[in-house]
Amino acid sequence: MDNRVMPMIHKFKQNGMDIVLDVNSGIVHVVDDMTYDVLDYYKGDNREDVLKALDGKYDPAELGEVMDDLDELIGKGMLFAPMDPNYKVAIEDRPIIKALCLNIAHDCNLRCKYCFAGQGGYGKWRMLMSFDVARRAVDFLIAHSGPRQHCEMDFFGGEPLMNWHVVQQTVAYVREQEKKHNKIIKLSLTTNGMYLDEEKVKYLTDNHISLILSLDGRKENHDRMRPGVHGEGTYDRVLKNLQYCVAHRDGEEYYVRGTYTKYNLDFTKDVLDMVDKGFPAVSMEPVVGDLSEPYAIQEEDLPRVKEEYETLAKAFIQREEAGHPFFYFHFNMNLWQGPCLPKRLRGCGAGHEYLAVVPNGDIYPCHQFVGRDGYVIGNVYEGLKNMKMMREFRENHVLNKPECIGCWAKFFCSGGCHANNETYAGDIHKPFHISCEIQKKRIECALMIQAYNQMKQPQVMAQPGLAKQLAREKAEN
Amino acid sequence: MSKHIVTINKGSLQDTIKFESCSECQTSCQSACKTSCTIGNLVCTEQAKKD
Ligand code: SF4
Ligand code: SF4
Repeated sequence: MDNRVMPMIHKFKQNGMDIVLDVNSGIVHVVDDMTYDVLDYYKGDNREDVLKALDGKYDPAELGEVMDDLDELIGKGMLFAPMDPNYKVAIEDRPIIKALCLNIAHDCNLRCKYCFAGQGGYGKWRMLMSFDVARRAVDFLIAHSGPRQHCEMDFFGGEPLMNWHVVQQTVAYVREQEKKHNKIIKLSLTTNGMYLDEEKVKYLTDNHISLILSLDGRKENHDRMRPGVHGEGTYDRVLKNLQYCVAHRDGEEYYVRGTYTKYNLDFTKDVLDMVDKGFPAVSMEPVVGDLSEPYAIQEEDLPRVKEEYETLAKAFIQREEAGHPFFYFHFNMNLWQGPCLPKRLRGCGAGHEYLAVVPNGDIYPCHQFVGRDGYVIGNVYEGLKNMKMMREFRENHVLNKPECIGCWAKFFCSGGCHANNETYAGDIHKPFHISCEIQKKRIECALMIQAYNQMKQPQVMAQPGLAKQLAREKAEN
Repeated sequence: MSKHIVTINKGSLQDTIKFESCSECQTSCQSACKTSCTIGNLVCTEQAKKD
């Protein structure tokens, strides 16, 4: 059978649960040990093999019962579901762009050791974006978003608060233009928090701008990796600013994100430290960067990293059970109203529906490609030029990548990060093994937690800002 | 109900192929510097609006 449509399951045990994911349907089952063992052999039409293989271990009558149940699921397309053979990914002739990263400031007030942006300048320039470029970027987004009503724009850098005046001008311009063109443009801003004072927090909250706030967990870890320009610690100031900010968000979206490195593979402690310091919505993610750096996560660290995710998943459930749930980005997975299959094949959208604009107006496939030679695909003044590259990104989905097509995680991972793939393998089409392994472990933990929550119904924490955003949209429509 | 199996979610991804031309939901960067998430943790705006 064509391996694009081949049925596939993935099963694993975690936290005392036996979990089976049916890959093509995305349906998750929690099973008993007997069923788990049966699925080592059973394919839907080979009862004899199962009875022979498990002879003496289980009662044959009960095995028959299990296989009856499995047959029922297979019949309903909930197990060993094939991919629809007629499904074709529709590739638009003209890409529809719906999200832009605006590198509003190629400069930074921190000197984070793992910064992929070369401390804000991307190894090339230190400059701030002018309002003229920002305005044209907004026009570009609106002009290229075609029928899409929902668009997004992220203020990024460097540190975007270093160009605060232009941020405000751009926000005002976006709000004016979106009405004119019947768009809903979701704004977000990624900041290190150093300049986040009362006035800015109020502005960002009043204008419904989602915030992505950086903090690396415990003070010693944060200060080691995120020093200021003179090498000084920045934790105390950032913590104070973020605490003020989060307390004054009035239901608007935010989350606090951190990076873990080889130095803190016990990052559960960092996550809990952030939660205990007043940030119940957090994310902590593996550092990306040169493998020769001492902080880089190496192949040999993988068993330790995986063990740590299990520890974190356990701690997550414990807090839920104790009535103090928190929100952890990677464990949040919507199995009921999650994205459709076509979306899962678009992945991050870099290079075809999501692009990055830099201060001189050049357009790159995404923020991580900024400054990499050969990746300028256009300019806000002249429009898109490299359509061939955009198509290459669009076609680079899991069904076209040999490594991904046979991977059980393909519809959750969507093929990983093109930029990482380019960094490590020199090719956007080749997945990077370490990222894959971490990704798969996170997905297993998330599946386990979702199954647990569904079965045990503990108190859970909803994503901050989601309710308000949906209410706003309902009112607007 | 099966004695051996609890099914957590019933809707199949295969039934969502019809949304091919939608793409109204949020974009999601998977790398560490951004909203890093897996696609799976997004919400479909169209379905969420219905309830
Ligand atoms: S990038 Fe890796 S984890 Fe993701 S689908 Fe491809 S092989 Fe699987
Ligand atoms: S290529 Fe990587 S960094 Fe760029 S948007 Fe996609 S996931 Fe994010």
